[in-house]
Amino acid sequence: MLLPLSLAFVAMIGGILWWAIFSGQYDDPDHAARSILRDNDTPVPQQFQIISSNLDENQSEPKA
Amino acid sequence: MAQSLAAHSESFNYKIVRQFAIMTVVWGIVGMFVGVWIAAQLLWPELNLNIPWLSYGRLRPLHTNAVIFAFGGSALFATSYYVVQRTSQARLFCDKLAAFTFWGWQLIIVGAAITLPMGFTSTKEYAELEWPIDILITFVWVAYAIVFFGTIVKRRVKHIYVANWFFGSYILTIAILHIVNNLEIPVSLLSWKSYSVYAGVQDAMVQWWYGHNAVGFFLTTSFLGMMYYFIPKQAGRPIYSYRLSIVHFWALAFTYMWAGPHHLMFTSLPDWTQALGMAFSLILLAPSWGGMINGIMTLSGAWYKLRTDPILKFMVVSLSFYGMSTFEGSMMSIRTVNSLSHYTDWTIGHVHSGALGWVAMITFGSLYYLIPRLWGKDRMYSVRLIEVHFWVATLGVVLYIASMWIAGVMQGLMWRATEPDGSLTYSFVESVKATYPFYAIRLLGGTIYLGGMILMAYNVFKTVVGAHPINPMVPIDSIDPAQPAANLVNA
Repeated sequence: MLLPLSLAFVAMIGGILWWAIFSGQYDDPDHAARSILRDNDTPVPQQFQIISSNLDENQSEPKA
Repeated sequence: MAQSLAAHSESFNYKIVRQFAIMTVVWGIVGMFVGVWIAAQLLWPELNLNIPWLSYGRLRPLHTNAVIFAFGGSALFATSYYVVQRTSQARLFCDKLAAFTFWGWQLIIVGAAITLPMGFTSTKEYAELEWPIDILITFVWVAYAIVFFGTIVKRRVKHIYVANWFFGSYILTIAILHIVNNLEIPVSLLSWKSYSVYAGVQDAMVQWWYGHNAVGFFLTTSFLGMMYYFIPKQAGRPIYSYRLSIVHFWALAFTYMWAGPHHLMFTSLPDWTQALGMAFSLILLAPSWGGMINGIMTLSGAWYKLRTDPILKFMVVSLSFYGMSTFEGSMMSIRTVNSLSHYTDWTIGHVHSGALGWVAMITFGSLYYLIPRLWGKDRMYSVRLIEVHFWVATLGVVLYIASMWIAGVMQGLMWRATEPDGSLTYSFVESVKATYPFYAIRLLGGTIYLGGMILMAYNVFKTVVGAHPINPMVPIDSIDPAQPAANLVNA
C-alpha cells in the first residue's frame, strides 16, 4: 500500500516542480536570495529614533 | 510612499509568533527535564517512586513527544509563521485559525502530558498518542496548512522564498504521515484504547515509513527551512548558492520517504524492501550535505563574525552536527553496520546528535534572533549569556553522544560475542551492567544541556519582561533597496 502511495507522492512532487519551474519561480535566484536581506525586520534601538535610509542588516558589535 | 503604505495598511501578526516562541522555551525545559529524569532512572530505578505514572515505560514517550512536538513543534510554528509573513510581505491568513493552531497545539501537549503517564498508548513510536488526541492533531494540522498556504497565496512578492518550500513540504507530508500511520479503530467511543488497522510486519513498515519521515520532514526539512532564513539574516549575507538550495530541496523531498526500511534491517521485512531503504538512505547523503554546505558557506566572507557572535556559533555548529548526523545515519543504514548498531545505545547517540546538535541548536540560534525583534528590540538582554549557553550546550551534547557511541558499540560487540562452541559469551544483563558508567556520563551531559536551556529561559525572560510587544506594518518591497523601514506600530 505504501508503494502506490509513495509513487503518488512522487508524481505530485514532479507536478509541483513542473509548476515551479514554468511559472518563473526560479528565474532570478540572486534577487531572491537577497530579497530577505532587504526586508528590514530589525527595530531601531530606542536611543536612535531617526529614520535611517541605509540600515545595515549586519549586526553592529554586540554589547556585552 | 505614504499612498502605497495606505493601500497596504495591514500589520504583521506577531502575536501568534510570540506565543509559540515563549512556549518553545517552556516546553524545551519540560521535555528535557523528563529526559534527564528517565536517564536518571536507568541508573536509579527507584526514581519511579513506586508510582505507575512515573515509570520509565510511560515517561519515555512523554519525553520524546514533548521534545519533538511540544518543543520542536512550537519552534516550527513560531518560525514558519514569522518567515512566511515576512517573505510574503503579507499578514498571516486568517488570525482565528492561527489562534486555533496555538491553543489546539497546547491542548494536545497537555493531553499528552496527562494520557501518556496514565498509560494510554498506541505503542507506535512518536505516534503513541491515542485516537482522540490524534483527531485533534489532524484538525490543528489542517488549520496550520490553511493558514500557511493561505498566506503564500496572498503574498505580494512573486517569488516564494526557498525556506517556504521547506516549510510547505513538511506541513503537507506530516499531514499524510500522521493520518496514514494513525489509522486505528477505537474499542468504543468511550474508550481510549484503539487497535491499528495494520498488523504484523505491514504495521512495522507503516510505522517506520512514518517514523523515518517524521524525522526527515518534521525534524530535518522543516528546520532546514528555519536555517535558510535565519542564517542569512543573522550573517547579513545571502544564501551561498540559491540554485543549490532549490536542487537539494527537491532531491531531499523525493529521497527521504524511501529510507524508512533502514529501521527494520534483519527483520521479517522482505529483502527487497530492506535493500531499497538502504540504497536510498545512502543516496540521501548528497542532498543532505548540499543543505549543510549551503548554510555554512553562507558565512563566506563573514567568518570573522563567528568570533564575536554566539548566535552564529549556534547556527554554524548546528549545521556541523546536521552533516555529522546525516552521515552517521547513512552509515548506520548499511546492513552490516546496522547488524551491530540496531537496538543498541548507538541509535540513541545518533538521535541525540541530531536532536541536541542540529535541531535544538538551530532553534536556539533562530529564537535568539527572533525573540528580541518581536518585542521591538535588536538584541537579547545578554549576548554574553548566549555565548555561555553555546558552550554549555556543546559540552552537554558531546558528553551525551560520546558516551552513547561507546556504550552502543560495546553492547553490539558483547551481544554477538560467541565462545568457540557457539554459545553466547555474555548474558544480556552483563551488557546492562557494563553500560552503567556510560549511562552516568550521558545523564551528566543531558543535565548540562538542560542547564543551558534554563539559561536561555532566563535570558528570554529578562528580554521580554517590561518590553513592549510590536506588530509592525507590512512594508512594501520596492525595487529601490534603500527604502527605509515602515513605521513601527505598537500592538
